[in-house]
Amino acid sequence: MSATTASLTHARLPRWAPVLVAVMALAVAGLPAMLRGWGPVAWVVLAVVLFLVGLPGWSLVVENRRAATDRLMTGLIWAAFGCAVMPLLWLVYVVVSTGAEAINADFLSYSMRGVIGDEQGGVYHALIGTVLITLAATVISVPIGVLTAIYLVEYGAKSRLARWITFLVDVMTGIPSIVAGLFALALVVLVFGPAFRMGLGGSIALSLLMVPTVVRSSEEMFRLVPMDLREAAYALGVPKWRTILKVVVPTSIGGVITGVVLAISRVIGETAPLLVVAGATDGVNFNLFDGRMTTLPVFIFSQYSLSTPAGYERAWGGALVLIVIVMVLNLIARGLGKLLAPPKN
Amino acid sequence: MTSPSTGTLSPPEAERNDKPLSRRGDRVFAGLARAAGITIMVALAAVFVFLFAEGRSGLSAAEATYRPASDFLRYIGPLVVSTILAACIALLVAVPFAVAIALFISHYAPRSIATPVAYVIDLLAAVPSVVFGLWGGRYLAQFLQPAHVWLSEHLGFLPFFGSPPSPNGRSLFTAGIVLAIMILPIVTAISREVFAQTPRLHEEAALALGATRWEMIRYAVFPYARSGMVSGVMLGLGRALGETMAVAMVLATSPAVTLNIIGTAAPATIASNIALNYKEATPSRQSLLIATGLVLFAVTFLINFVARWVVGRNERKQARA
Amino acid sequence: MTITSIRRPIRAAAALALSLSLGLAVTACGAGNESDAGDNGDAVTLDGGGSTAQAKAQGAWRAAYQDDSGNTVNYEEVGSGTGRENFNSGAYVFAGSDSYLNDDEGELSAAKERCNGEDPIEVPAYVSPIAVAFNLPGIDSLNMSAETIADIFNGTITTWDDKAIAAENDGVDLPSTDIAVIHRSDDSGTTGNFTDYLYQASNGAWATESDGVWPEDLTNGQGLEGTSGVIGGVTDTEGAIGYADESAVGDLGVVSIKVGDTYQAPEPAAAAKALAASTRVEGRPDVDMAIDVERTLTDAGTYPLLLTSYLIACQHYDDAATADAVKSYLAYVVSTEGQQSAADEAGSAPLDSKLQQEAAGIVDKIAAS
Repeated sequence: MSATTASLTHARLPRWAPVLVAVMALAVAGLPAMLRGWGPVAWVVLAVVLFLVGLPGWSLVVENRRAATDRLMTGLIWAAFGCAVMPLLWLVYVVVSTGAEAINADFLSYSMRGVIGDEQGGVYHALIGTVLITLAATVISVPIGVLTAIYLVEYGAKSRLARWITFLVDVMTGIPSIVAGLFALALVVLVFGPAFRMGLGGSIALSLLMVPTVVRSSEEMFRLVPMDLREAAYALGVPKWRTILKVVVPTSIGGVITGVVLAISRVIGETAPLLVVAGATDGVNFNLFDGRMTTLPVFIFSQYSLSTPAGYERAWGGALVLIVIVMVLNLIARGLGKLLAPPKN
Repeated sequence: MTSPSTGTLSPPEAERNDKPLSRRGDRVFAGLARAAGITIMVALAAVFVFLFAEGRSGLSAAEATYRPASDFLRYIGPLVVSTILAACIALLVAVPFAVAIALFISHYAPRSIATPVAYVIDLLAAVPSVVFGLWGGRYLAQFLQPAHVWLSEHLGFLPFFGSPPSPNGRSLFTAGIVLAIMILPIVTAISREVFAQTPRLHEEAALALGATRWEMIRYAVFPYARSGMVSGVMLGLGRALGETMAVAMVLATSPAVTLNIIGTAAPATIASNIALNYKEATPSRQSLLIATGLVLFAVTFLINFVARWVVGRNERKQARA
Repeated sequence: MTITSIRRPIRAAAALALSLSLGLAVTACGAGNESDAGDNGDAVTLDGGGSTAQAKAQGAWRAAYQDDSGNTVNYEEVGSGTGRENFNSGAYVFAGSDSYLNDDEGELSAAKERCNGEDPIEVPAYVSPIAVAFNLPGIDSLNMSAETIADIFNGTITTWDDKAIAAENDGVDLPSTDIAVIHRSDDSGTTGNFTDYLYQASNGAWATESDGVWPEDLTNGQGLEGTSGVIGGVTDTEGAIGYADESAVGDLGVVSIKVGDTYQAPEPAAAAKALAASTRVEGRPDVDMAIDVERTLTDAGTYPLLLTSYLIACQHYDDAATADAVKSYLAYVVSTEGQQSAADEAGSAPLDSKLQQEAAGIVDKIAAS
């Protein structure tokens, strides 16, 4: 960071420079695009490259190297953002536009019981299954995950146990979901006998997949809580556990909740483990502790596997419903995060 | 705040002394936290024991079990190569983009854009893998097919871009990109949260010293956020290694081991191979598949180990510099 | 901070309670199309599962049966292997399987043990022709012998205008497009039946024996997941050829295979005829209708490239209500009515009347022990 100029002010590009360069880049890229008949994708790509060369280049001439780097990075970040958001929006568009055709009041309130072929069927049973199983998985994994994170940050320090836990949690992220399902099935069968199936078995499998995300994200959030806050609390004679509950957790609650929602999002779309351990049924089942439960991803997968137009339509409709559920969940979580976070001074 | 010049905050546990203990509340709470950590270890150990007990016979079964290969190593070898290639592509593509998007949300975009963008990206974490598979196989693969041809024509001298290119884009390359899109939300979300937690004072101090915005990010934000970013990447890596349905639905498979990521077909990844074959398998093949799950476990273990070592070495270097 | 932090948990609890009660309000009522009248107290739940090929037909059967009886039948499309395993472990009361039980890995003995030492019932329930489908614009149908099909799938024939294809298709304007071979990437009954057909009928052009997994030495093709994957891949790729359940091929072109001196399109009736003309597996008890499909049939009007999916159950169940329910469900499945409804919904081939009567007779023996 050595100073390159002695004067306090130096030449700057005008504020409209990026816009000008962008327009010029589009125009210049349009020339070969028109001549050689490229598609819009190639045209935009070339324009972006031109922009990324043009603006920093100009900045290098007029301003200095540091400013040019800054402009290049700004350009790159905007470009990367645009580039990455494109497929995401495309995916959302595909799901929404194909899924919307299937959605109506009956689709949401009917189950698949007694539905033949193209008759009106619905996702209601799968909706219930998804909500209950995921809720139970959250109830299992959030306390374990958050407490573990607290242990790692506040109590474990650099102890050997803590290091092992961190490492194993990372390894745990790589458990293939179907293995988690088979494991949960083995557990349920061990305890209740071979013919027994219950929704809670699915929750156990999902918890295995959720825990690493919850631990890792909350651990990072707790670590970021400034030491001064803790020390201030200790100085006032507050015991450590109250400091954690009243200072550390509330300060980082926003991030922790984001992590939990991410973990839920990660597992709510799981298919394989749930089909293995929670089974499938056409009807509604409210009892987590007995009987098979269908979840939305299992519903989507089995409808997709039918390879019929009605099946595809229901599958996309189910996907849309699932995304909307997560959207609502996100909203609730954000609201909770705002509610629980300490007021900004 | 500690020294703003380095921008790093020493980890809390380093400078704390656990003296004001010996109160009952504290002991109970500490015990609870410790118990939670141990529960996780026990759960993982149980999974391992389960895999080992069920999969052990798969390690040395009759030759016919390993169709289309003839022994365990030959069966698992191509799968391991594909698994690692796909995960590497996913990380190489996803991490720069994820960091860029996270920075965009936390430091570049105006608030009115940043909030909805963060929201949309969080939502993507929830798209079921089946839908990723369906979209990746039918829409994205078609879209990327010309890129396969281009890569094979212009970079054909690299072993990764052999010819002939895939006629429909159902390659490891496309599968890796689908994985990248799948792990993007999680890496982005965690990086974004840690970027946003950078103390304002550090940032303002950097700017006051005349740093440009990029320099401020490089010298104030990144050092502070490194550990969090690594966590995010690790979580993404785990998901990329363990993803089943999306890869199974996108990737065209063939048993021949290959480094060519744009070819017509490649071996399945370990996780997707389990999903593909478990359903119809006979008991001895099922235990073989579980044994491959054990290998995936080992691979994940190894990769994490190496990653940790690399990160640790960098940090030590940084500390010396 | 301390003052506000006291109030915060209360607000949090309120928010949590609100969201929970909202959730419960949604979950507290039954589905719009499920009548409560069906809960007459003695309704039985039958858990079964297995073959994914049967899933569509099972959907039709269960819908009709559940409406009629008030019982619940669950069918999990976990795949034939898992289906057989779950039947043998007692998790399922019946299973659907794309191959009959055999003792290569002791599955038949295990099934016998599960049924208290009695022979398990095996009846064909779902018969469907497998179509060889291709994507060539403007061509709806091609004629091919088993040999030609084998040579295409093993990579000997690589373009569509190859002499071998042209010789069987006089007057068809074949393009010079490269052939993209697409097969199943998952272990499947469809692949097992397809490779069995090629192995037996292609006069040695197909070298490897039948198996549910695509042969290792054939690396010229692309393996895609499931029937939907293969159909999607063929649809997306000009010049592609693949194989799938006939009911799934939609608008794709299909191959008529050579049977004797004529070419036969994949039609359900022709598949049913081929099954009826095939021989039984030797040494099986009366209640076991395991059939080895004769792939080399030469009778006109038969289509020997087909998949037979069985239902596996016990002759006796401990619980009388379960026995009654299994009996009535399976009886419906193999009845002419049930077979017709599967044909309408899933495009399967109704069992030939002789086989159908035999199956009905076997199912009729199910009783409480």
